[in-house]
Amino acid sequence: MSAPYLDELSHDEHALAGKNEFRQMLAGFRQGDSGLIPVLLGLAALVLYFYIRNHVFLTAGNITNLFIQATIFVLLGMAEIWVLLLGEIDLSIGFVAAIGAAVATILVDQNFHWPWFVAFLLALIATTGIGLLSGLLVVFLKLPSFIVTLAGYLGWQGVLIYMVDKENSGGTVPVQEKVLYNLVYGNLSPLGTWLFIGLLILLGSVFMLRSYRNRRSSGLVYRSIYFTIAKIVAMVVAGVWLAIVLNTDRSTFSVIHGMPFAIPIDVAIVLGGTFILTKTKAGRYLYAIGGNREAARRAGINVNFYRLMAFCLAGFTAGVAGLLYSSWLGGISDAIPGGTYVLYAVAAAVIGGTSLVGGRGKMVHAVIGGLVIAVIYNGMALLSVSVAVEYIVIAIVLIAAVTVDSVARRGNTAR
Amino acid sequence: MTPTPGLQGDNVALTSDPRHSGSGVGASPSDFLLSLRGISKSFGAVQAMTNVDLDIPEGQVTALIGDNGAGKSTLIKAISGIWAPSSGTMYWRGNEVHIHTPRAASELGIATVYQDLALCDNLDIVQNMFLGMEDTKFGLLDEITMELATVQTLKDLAVSTVKSVRQRVESLSGGQRQAVAVARAVMRESKLVILDEPTAALGVSQTAQVLALIKRLASRGISVLVISHNLSDVFAVADRIAVMYLGSIVSSGPIANYDTTSAVEIITTGASHHAASSASIK
Ligand SMILES: Nc1ncnc2c1ncn2[C@@H]1O[C@H](COP(=O)(O)OP(=O)(O)OP(=O)(O)O)[C@@H](O)[C@H]1O
Ligand SMILES: [Mg+2]
Repeated sequence: MSAPYLDELSHDEHALAGKNEFRQMLAGFRQGDSGLIPVLLGLAALVLYFYIRNHVFLTAGNITNLFIQATIFVLLGMAEIWVLLLGEIDLSIGFVAAIGAAVATILVDQNFHWPWFVAFLLALIATTGIGLLSGLLVVFLKLPSFIVTLAGYLGWQGVLIYMVDKENSGGTVPVQEKVLYNLVYGNLSPLGTWLFIGLLILLGSVFMLRSYRNRRSSGLVYRSIYFTIAKIVAMVVAGVWLAIVLNTDRSTFSVIHGMPFAIPIDVAIVLGGTFILTKTKAGRYLYAIGGNREAARRAGINVNFYRLMAFCLAGFTAGVAGLLYSSWLGGISDAIPGGTYVLYAVAAAVIGGTSLVGGRGKMVHAVIGGLVIAVIYNGMALLSVSVAVEYIVIAIVLIAAVTVDSVARRGNTAR
Repeated sequence: MTPTPGLQGDNVALTSDPRHSGSGVGASPSDFLLSLRGISKSFGAVQAMTNVDLDIPEGQVTALIGDNGAGKSTLIKAISGIWAPSSGTMYWRGNEVHIHTPRAASELGIATVYQDLALCDNLDIVQNMFLGMEDTKFGLLDEITMELATVQTLKDLAVSTVKSVRQRVESLSGGQRQAVAVARAVMRESKLVILDEPTAALGVSQTAQVLALIKRLASRGISVLVISHNLSDVFAVADRIAVMYLGSIVSSGPIANYDTTSAVEIITTGASHHAASSASIK
């Protein structure tokens, strides 16, 4: 039998291969490759359900609000994915984010008055440093990350309480500085919103068309051009819808429209993370280490360095989440539910399709999982259901997501 | 090849074929690609290797044989930089080298296929083939080049049963995984390819392919160190044999010095009672 990927295949045969796309897709689906489809269907079902129960759910104002809530779950989910990819876990990121929030909020408030960029930078350095510390304990003392970050969960909560109380503000430090406030409550102008979305679509299309052309011209098997076209069309439709929604006036008193700054920040982190994971050696090595650490070591990879890097990236991403969180709440309090947020972060990653045993996951998983959690969180609030019900529903969605995932992956290993 | 038991010592050429001129007492490390002198390795109380001397000539196939637990894998892991030996010296073309990391080994030109296949199940064939030595363009992964090279290498090795080089390794059969691991070792321009039981999981035709591949490597001037329990495979491809017994090399020399009977005897007892071949035993 001649291997179908060999380059002496004629172009006719390539086109023929294209007709089997659907079957390949089904095969890939069974391998757990197209794992996004079930969770996207689930997300659509949830949206539909909340819309039917309460039409306010799909108003421009609520959708924007939902996106803002999602940005924080998404960022924390991404932070968690860096370590989940290695088969590790970080239970401290909720409070690490809170430490970042506290550093930034305290440094820009009335006592310190530091410029916002210095405060933000120090906050991110602090959270990255905390990630590094956890990483050092895990990598060099060979302690289990579960325990190290469980200690972090407790310890950083203590540090947070200390920092906030030190400010003598009765357990909360309010945001008074404009830039920090505007991370969530400031908006791009409607034109800026269109330009930002247009630019993303343009870059995405160019990128996809280029990789299609490169594969085709190098004689490798390529997917039919219609796949690329379909993806571009989907991007355009989603982008236009998003721009229209975000540019709709969502205030009853004055005019508020445009994309909240939180969204471009989130998009930048998602794209940056995806870039590292898919285009750089560092990303490839994170997957390799998560898949088979010994194999990675024998391939000459500096395993310890990349493991440390993952913990640092988790800390950094959590820091960004902390900045948005402080902005969203209008301040930082010592009663932040950092524990719940960690669990939401893990849930977001897992609902999106990231594996807890390592080696399998993508940044986009946090986006979708974060949206699912935000939809439930937001929708439940609209229906004025109790927190009790909300927790139970998220629990069920989590179990459903991993069940679908594990069923889809069954029969995946040939041996 | 039907070798007769060697009548002479290791240091005496048995045939006129220069490739069969053996190493021997007093052989200098500079005559060989890789020479080990007095290598020992212990894991705590377990002494896995004791005073191993081994010479690997250029462009020849050296077979390392020995019973289960004799220390063969331990030895090749020391050569591959997986662990540093407890004592002893290694010479690469006569120069003393310290191979303490896998990277150091691959920089010398040593590529190893481990018995416990060191592949990442979650990565695809291309990603595994290039792990640790990815091609880049402007500092970014160059997937197209790597995929083309993978397709070409598999074609050179006549590996035709994998459906796509972009399928994850976890979906491959044992033989296909072995083929990927061998292809990975072959693809880098190696000077010494080490194969730890490369045919153990393979069917008849794939075994024949791997053996043919080993010969092709040697004919390209690449040295091969192959571990195998299958003596007919060994006699089919090897130019030299080294027998390990309880952590030491107890016998080594050109393949013509051995036959199946004497090899089995040395493997199981550490010595050959054939008076004829006793000269090759240290
Ligand atoms: N990491 C380790 N820790 C402790 N002992 C080890 C370790 N690796 C190997 N050994 C011991 O060293 C000895 C030699 O093992 P090795 O794997 O080298 O044998 P082998 O010749 O490759 O056998 P096989 O033919 O079964 O593969 C065995 O007694 C084994 O138990
Ligand atoms: Mg072994």
